[in-house]
Amino acid sequence: MSATVTDNNTTSELAALLDKQLVATAVDAALRKEAAIAFRTAGLPAAKAEEYRFTPVTRILEKQFTLSQPTPAGQASRINDYTLAGLEADTLVFINGVFSPADSSIQKTTDLTILPLQEALVSHTALVLKHLGQYADTAADAFTAWNTAAWTNGLFVHVPDNKIIERPIILYHLHDTSEGQVVTATRNLIVVGRNAEVTILEKYDSAGASPSFSNQVTEAVVAENAGLNLYSIQHDAGQRHQVGMTRIQQANYSRVNTFTFTLNGKLVRNNLQLVLDGEGIESHMYGLYLLTGDTLADNHTVVDHRKPNSFSNELYKGVMDGNARGVFNGKIYVRPQAQKTNAFQANRNILLSPTATVNTKPQLEIWADDVKCSHGCTSGQLDEEALFYLRARGIDKLSAQAMMLYAFAGEVLTNVKNPVVKEYLDNLISQRLHKNF
Amino acid sequence: MLTIKNLQAKIGEKQILNGINLEVKPGEVHAIMGPNGSGKSTLASVLAGREEYEVTGGEVSFEGKDLLEMAPEDRAREGVFLAFQYPVEIPGVSTINFMKTAVNQIREYRGQPTLDAVSFLGVMKEKMKLVEIDQALLNRALNEGFSGGEKKRNEIFQMAMLEPKLAVLDETDSGLDIDALKIVSNGVNKLRNKSNAVIVVTHYQRLLDYIVPDFVHVLYKGKIVKSGTKELALELEAKGYDWIKEEVSVL
Repeated sequence: MSATVTDNNTTSELAALLDKQLVATAVDAALRKEAAIAFRTAGLPAAKAEEYRFTPVTRILEKQFTLSQPTPAGQASRINDYTLAGLEADTLVFINGVFSPADSSIQKTTDLTILPLQEALVSHTALVLKHLGQYADTAADAFTAWNTAAWTNGLFVHVPDNKIIERPIILYHLHDTSEGQVVTATRNLIVVGRNAEVTILEKYDSAGASPSFSNQVTEAVVAENAGLNLYSIQHDAGQRHQVGMTRIQQANYSRVNTFTFTLNGKLVRNNLQLVLDGEGIESHMYGLYLLTGDTLADNHTVVDHRKPNSFSNELYKGVMDGNARGVFNGKIYVRPQAQKTNAFQANRNILLSPTATVNTKPQLEIWADDVKCSHGCTSGQLDEEALFYLRARGIDKLSAQAMMLYAFAGEVLTNVKNPVVKEYLDNLISQRLHKNF
Repeated sequence: MLTIKNLQAKIGEKQILNGINLEVKPGEVHAIMGPNGSGKSTLASVLAGREEYEVTGGEVSFEGKDLLEMAPEDRAREGVFLAFQYPVEIPGVSTINFMKTAVNQIREYRGQPTLDAVSFLGVMKEKMKLVEIDQALLNRALNEGFSGGEKKRNEIFQMAMLEPKLAVLDETDSGLDIDALKIVSNGVNKLRNKSNAVIVVTHYQRLLDYIVPDFVHVLYKGKIVKSGTKELALELEAKGYDWIKEEVSVL
C-alpha cells in the first residue's frame, strides 16, 4: 500500500476505535468483528488511491475531525424544516444517526415490515442475517467495512411477495452540529419480495456550523419481477461530508430506478452499485448535481450485467458554479454470458464559472460480443447564442440562464413519477436556479 | 424613431461597419441589401446588442434613447425586435413558456400588469393565426427539429406576440420556399401600422415583392453606398452588385 504515514495514523486510530466499540453479545457480532478486521487491512484510501483520486476524504477526516470525540444528541425540533409537506408516507427520522421514534411515523399494516434496523436484528434475526453484509463488500471499500463494523441504526424494510406498496417510505437524516462535530454510520437493508414494489426516499439535511461526516450503506435485494424506486435528496449545509454506498442486487425481470440529487454540502461521495444478476432486468440510474461554493460531489457508479437480455440506462447531469467540483465515474461490466445486453450511460455537465471543474470517466468492460453499449460525457458552458436569443426577446440574463439550466435539469426531473416528490424537487431546483445559483 | 449616425463596429480585430448613417421613421419599411460580407447581418446584430460585436464609433438613438448603452433585454423591452437569421434551438424550453416569460417581463418593464395564463393563451391563439402556426409546434422545445420554414414562422410569431416598434428581419427569407415566404411576409404585413417600422435585411429582391419597402439601401464594405426606392432593388436583381462596386471604386 502506498498509504502515507498520516493516513496510517488515521486508519489505526479509527480501527482501534472500531475494535473498542465491538459488542460481543450483538446479534451481528461476528459480522462486525470481521468488518473491523477488513477495515484495518484495507485502510482509508491513500491520497493517490485511484478510486478516491479527486475526493480527499481521508485528509478531511484527518484534519477536520477528532474521531474519538462523541457525537452530541442534536435537536429533534429542527426536523420540521426539512420534511416534504403533503406527502403521505411512512417516515423514519434519524438525528445524528440515532432513530427518533417521537418524530417518526409508521402506519400499522400487515402488508409490509418497516422497522429500525436494530429492532429488526432482534425481531427478524434470520431474515436480516441472511442479507446483512452479503452484498456491500467490506474488502473492496474501507468505508463499507467501517460502516459494517460500526453502524448504529437505519431502515429495515421487507416487502413480502406480491405486495405493491403505494405509500412511500421516507428517511430523514438530519445532522445537527450546533453542539459540536457529528460523525455517523447508518445502515439500511431493503428486501423486496417477488412481484412486489416499493418506493423509498432518503433526505439528508444538516444544521449547525461544526463539521459533520456520515457514512451510510444501503443494501437492497430485489427479487424476481419486483420493483424498487430509490431516491436520495442530498440537501446539506456547508460542512456536511458524506460517503455512501448503495448496493442493489437484482433478480430476473426486476426493475430498479434510482435518483440521486446532490444540491449542496461540502463533500459528497456516492457509490452506487447495481448487480444485474438475472435476465430481463431493467435498471435506470438518474443523477442531478447542482453545485456551488466549494462543494465537491463525486458519483461513482457500477452496473454489473451478469446475465443475458438485461437493460441498464444511466443519466447523470451536473451544473457547477464557483469553485465547485464534480466527479463522475461510471463503470459498466458486461460479463461473458451477458449476451444481448443493452447498457447506456451519459454524463453531461455545465460549468458556469472558470474555476468550476468536472472530472468524468466512463469505464466499460465488455466481455460479451453481442451487446449494445454506449456512453457519452460532455462538459461545456451555457450556450451563449441561446442566452442571447432569450435576452433579445426581453428576458433578463438571470432568468434566461435559469430557464436554460432548468431545461437542462428537466431531462432528469421528468423521470420522477411521484407527483409530490416531483413538485418538491421542482420548487427546490427552480428557486435555486433563480437565485444567484 | 431610429437614428444611426456614423456607426462603426468590429468583431475581434476585423472592422466590419465603417460609418453607417440611417434614419427610420414610424410607418416606414427600409430594405438593406448588399453582397455577402458587406456587413448586413452585423448591423442587425449590433442593433439587437449581440455582445461579440464591439462598437468602435458612432451612435444609435432609438426614440431619443441611446440604444447602444442598453442590455439586449432592455432593447427588446423598449421595442426593438430582431428576427434571427439562424433561430437558435433550445432543448427543453417550449416556445409557449418562453414567450410567456418574455411577454410578462416586457409588460413589467413598461409598467403594465402581467398576463395570467388564460389571457396569455387568448393573445397567443390570435397571433398564431397571423403566421399560420400550429399550437403543437409551440408546445415543443424551441425550434428543436423545426424545419427552416417553421423556424422563420416562429420568429414572426414571436414578433407578433411582442408587438415591437422596430422589427429588424435578418435574412428572414433565406432558405424559404415560396409558400413559406408568402406566409412569413403576410404575417409581417399584417403587423405593420403607422407607428411601427421594419428594417428588412436581405440578399434577394424576391422578398421585397411581398414586403414592399419605402427605401432600399445598398450596404457595401460596411457603408451605405446607395439609397433609393423599391426600383433600386429591381435594378440590383437585374444587374447584380458589380456596377455598385465599380461606382464605389471610382469614388
